[in-house]
Amino acid sequence: MAISSSLNSAFRRVPTWPLYILCAAHLSGLFYSAATGGMGPEPIKALEHAYGEMGLKLLVVTLAVTPLRKYTGVSLLKFRRALGLSAFFYIAAHLAVWLVLDVQVISRIWDDIVKRPYITVGMAGFATLLPLALTSNNMSLRKMGAASWRKLHRLTYLAALLGGAHYIMLVKGLQLEPLVYMAVILGLLAARGRAGLGVSSDSARQLRKNRS
Amino acid sequence: MAMRWTNTLKDREVTDEATFLNRRQLMAGAAGLGLVGVATGASAEELKPNSFEDISNYCNFYEFGTAKEDPPKYAGALTTSPWSVKIDGMVDSPGDYALEDILSKMTIEERIYRFRCVEAWSMVVPWNGFELADLLALAGVQSSAKYVVFETLVRPEEMPGVKYPVLDWPYVEGLRLDEAMHPLTMMATGIYGKDLPNQNGAPLRLVVPWKYGFKSIKSIVRITLTDKEPATSWNKANASEYGFYSNVNPEVNHPRWSQATERQLGGGLFAGRVPTLKFNGYEEDVASLYTGMDLKTHF
Repeated sequence: MAISSSLNSAFRRVPTWPLYILCAAHLSGLFYSAATGGMGPEPIKALEHAYGEMGLKLLVVTLAVTPLRKYTGVSLLKFRRALGLSAFFYIAAHLAVWLVLDVQVISRIWDDIVKRPYITVGMAGFATLLPLALTSNNMSLRKMGAASWRKLHRLTYLAALLGGAHYIMLVKGLQLEPLVYMAVILGLLAARGRAGLGVSSDSARQLRKNRS
Repeated sequence: MAMRWTNTLKDREVTDEATFLNRRQLMAGAAGLGLVGVATGASAEELKPNSFEDISNYCNFYEFGTAKEDPPKYAGALTTSPWSVKIDGMVDSPGDYALEDILSKMTIEERIYRFRCVEAWSMVVPWNGFELADLLALAGVQSSAKYVVFETLVRPEEMPGVKYPVLDWPYVEGLRLDEAMHPLTMMATGIYGKDLPNQNGAPLRLVVPWKYGFKSIKSIVRITLTDKEPATSWNKANASEYGFYSNVNPEVNHPRWSQATERQLGGGLFAGRVPTLKFNGYEEDVASLYTGMDLKTHF
C-alpha cells in the first residue's frame, strides 16, 4: 500500500482550515452570481438548488471517508469534520434561501413544512444535522466521551438518507440524478454495515489527535 | 378568423423588443375593433413581457433533458423544416398538413400572455401565432368530436432526453373541444416577431394561457379529434398531481407544493413571490367554460 501511505503522509502536511475558506468563498460566490444575473432568470430556485445539491454532495463525501480508508487505506479522516461542517453550511444556506428569499411568509413556511412531505423530510434532515454541527467541536467530544459522541454522529447516515429522499421526492417525472445519489448513499451505508457500524478505536484516536 | 381577442396593453417600455411589440399590439387592437370582442382581464394592463433571452433560456422541454439548461443547449439540433402535422380522427379532411400550407392560410397576430408553470414560476410572453380554432376549421371538426389530442415529435437522434423514461413518450396533451375553440387558445409560431426558438417548441406549439404551462404542448406533429378524454402524459405519470384540466388555480395546491403564489421570472434574487391569479388572470374570459364543475375535483 505504498500509494496510500504516501498519500496519507501528504495529507498530514495539509492543514484543514483552507477547506472552510473554500466553502465560504464558494457559498458567497454562488450568492453573488445569483444576485447579479449569473444564474439565469429564476435565481431564487437556482441558488436554492445549487446550495442543496452541494450540501448533499458533501454529505456523501463525508460518509465516504470511512469506507475509503477501510478499502483503500487512504485516510481523509483528518478532513472529515471540515467536510461535514461544510455540508451543514451549504444545507443551512439552502434552507435560508428557501425561508428568506423564496417562501418568505411565516404562515406559508409552516404550511409547507407540515403539508408538503418533501419539505417535511428535508426539514427532518436539517434537524438531524443540527446537533451534529453543534457538537462538532473538541469540547463537545470531550464532554460527551468518544463512545456516545460517535453514536450521535452516526446520525449523519440518517441525515443523508433524508436528504436523498428529499431530492427524489421533489423532482417531476422519473429522473435519474436523485436516484443515483440515493444509490450511492445506500451503497456507502452498506459498505459501512459490512465494515461494522462502530468507528474503530484508532479512528477515534485519530479524530482527537487531529482537532485543530 | 384572426383578431378575435386583443390585449388592453399600455405602452410601457421594457426592452426595445417590447416597445415594438406593444405598438404592434395596440395597432392590432385598433384593427380588431368591431370584430367579435372577448373581455380581457383588467390586470392585462400590467403585463410586461420578459426578455427574449429569458424566455428562450428558461423552459422545460424534457425531450431534450430535464435540466432547465438542457433545452437551449440541445434543441439546436432539431430539424424543424420540412414539418407537417397529421390531423386525424373526427375531422372531415384528415391528412398530413404541411406547415407552410397551414401558414399560408393563417393570419399571424401578436398576443402578450401570462405563462404560469406548474413549478410555480411565471413569465410574460409576446407570442406570434394564430387561433387553434382556425386550424381546426381547416380540417373540419365533426359534430361527434369532444376532445382534441396533441402529440409532440419523438426523434431520438435529435432529442437526447427521450432515451430516458422520464415520461411515456411521445408527449401527449389534450383539451376539451370548447377549450380548444376558445379564442384565447392559440398555436404559436414565434415570439417577439421572430421564429420560435426550437427550445420553445418550434415550429408549432400550443398556447393555452389559463392552464399550467405543461398543457401548452410543443413541436406538435399530430392533432387528433376524438370523443373520449385522452390520457395525457403528465396525467399518466402522476394523476394525483396533474389533472386533465390543469387550470391555473391558486386554491388547488399541487400535492407537493403550494400554487397560491409564484416567482416571476426576471425579478432577480430578492423579488420574492406574487399571488397567483385564478385561471392565470383570464377568469373573465374562460370561467364560463367550467360553470357547474367542481374545480377541486376536476383540477
